[in-house]
Amino acid sequence: MTAALKVVRAGLFDTLQDLGRRGFMALGMPTAGAMDRVALTLANALAGNSANTAGLEIGVMGPDLLVEADSVRVALVGPLSPTLIDRPDAPPKPIESDRSHLLKRGQTLRLGMIEGSSTAYLAVAGGFALAPFMGSLSTYPRAGVGGFEGRKLAAGDALPLAREHASPGDDRKLATAFDYGRGPVRIVWGPQEDYFTDRGRRTFVEADYRVSKEADRMGIRFEGPTIEHAVSVAKGGADIISDGIAPGAIQVPGAGLPIVLLADRQTVGGYPKIATVASVDLPRLGRLLPGQTVRFLAISVEEAEKLRREQEARLLRAIADFKVARPPGGIDLARLYEENLIDGVVFERPQA
Amino acid sequence: MSVRYLSCGDTAFTVEFGNEISPEINGRVMALHAAIGRAKETGDLTGVVETVPTMRSLMVAYDPLATSRADLQPRIDLLIARGLAAGMASRRVTLPCCYDDPEFAPDLAEVAERTKKTTEQVIAAHLASPFKVYVLGFMPGLAYVAGLEQSLYLPRRTQPRVRVPRSSVAIAMDMTTIYPFESPGGWHLIGRTPLWMFDKRREQPVFLAPGDSLSFQRIDRKTYDRIARDVEAGTFDWTKLVLVKE
Repeated sequence: MTAALKVVRAGLFDTLQDLGRRGFMALGMPTAGAMDRVALTLANALAGNSANTAGLEIGVMGPDLLVEADSVRVALVGPLSPTLIDRPDAPPKPIESDRSHLLKRGQTLRLGMIEGSSTAYLAVAGGFALAPFMGSLSTYPRAGVGGFEGRKLAAGDALPLAREHASPGDDRKLATAFDYGRGPVRIVWGPQEDYFTDRGRRTFVEADYRVSKEADRMGIRFEGPTIEHAVSVAKGGADIISDGIAPGAIQVPGAGLPIVLLADRQTVGGYPKIATVASVDLPRLGRLLPGQTVRFLAISVEEAEKLRREQEARLLRAIADFKVARPPGGIDLARLYEENLIDGVVFERPQA
Repeated sequence: MSVRYLSCGDTAFTVEFGNEISPEINGRVMALHAAIGRAKETGDLTGVVETVPTMRSLMVAYDPLATSRADLQPRIDLLIARGLAAGMASRRVTLPCCYDDPEFAPDLAEVAERTKKTTEQVIAAHLASPFKVYVLGFMPGLAYVAGLEQSLYLPRRTQPRVRVPRSSVAIAMDMTTIYPFESPGGWHLIGRTPLWMFDKRREQPVFLAPGDSLSFQRIDRKTYDRIARDVEAGTFDWTKLVLVKE
């Protein structure tokens, strides 16, 4: 029997994603890929995978997954409240997110709702046994390609696992939740900031913009004050000869409200783009929920590159700092030794 | 001719050769696209992920962990200064198209009326147009193909259709296109090809590429049905449609 995770109840919008399909934008192929690159990378690292392994991106509410393998190690990252059901008639017991878990055949992992973010991730050690499309497992449902049958997961799907059973070893967890940063979302002006008046550009960086209900993997429409085009819309001020669209490009069509274009964005477009979100803050955009507000802050290309490199260094540090996660009732040898070295007490401290 | 570098955040920039649509400008775009592709293959330009050509500009996507804008831009400048030789292989592609069935060409009569031609004259003008693929985008495999004979220029339909069938051949403004998927669309439908512009079963799922020269070959409904069956079954020989010229 093939090892698999079976979807016994579907979530809202769950797709397999890696870090994106690179090299085919010239053929009109969107990159797709994880909305929150940081969380997918952490989940993969917790599972012992390389960063570009495809994991399950959970949108708003996750599925229930039945383990149809001897054992499988999964890693969950994001503000989930998952539960584990040992047998069909057993009560669900809460388990932690931001760590890996060794699951056994017959257990059901109920991922549940995400609180305070729109996305969370599940990685499986060894990855899924699925064929990449154009070099990537990222699902792009509009063309029906990538991931599992090119679509979001549905009840009854069996996601084939690359490993029949989990490798021995400890589970791991994040030492502290990754700091995505607060404050304004950093942007770089351009490519078409000259299609807007000074006042229009000022509005864009001085006003609060609210995430509308039209927010998905393609992009986020914001609500707020309108941004003034330099040439009237009637005279073509909101039209350009189409050019390439980078991740995080902020286009402003004739209505004057910004749309941030994300993973499933089209490759080229004909609206002027006032600015582009710095890549360091794209994972934050990938987590926004309707109703949340953001402020935008302009920085230079060099600052944006520097911030991204610093974030990468922090990400590597977070991975180096993973702690061994103690199974419930089991003994955490690593922690025992650590505490022994620190304060000379071999026994666990009583729970406060 | 100078170029403008436009910032697209810290993972891309756009090299803009002009702000108009012309074969000369697009030729330079395609030549830089090819030059960067060659430089990448020889291991130069580390950190360049891919390039996205359009009518008048080339977006260069890069990995800020492997390179930087300050490092890349002078290298691109150098490639441009060395001269953007044409000399790349160009493909001549012929697409069969059935104009005869009213189901395939619901707008043919209206196009004829508005351009003061007979439907046969519209078809002849479409067949005679020297088409070239400028950009792919909007959806995977959708090509913006310019070169439509001027007498057929029409604005888009005022009321776009909610459903345009896959493989519809359409015209609007100075362009023609072929819909790779069923989708909404505002162009005038004048025919249909039995071929699929996007087929995930093929090793190269997207058939057309920027820079292709393109012409249409008129087929009747019977031929259409025969080819459509082969395409559906995945047995159609696509290579005979393409002539590669160095």
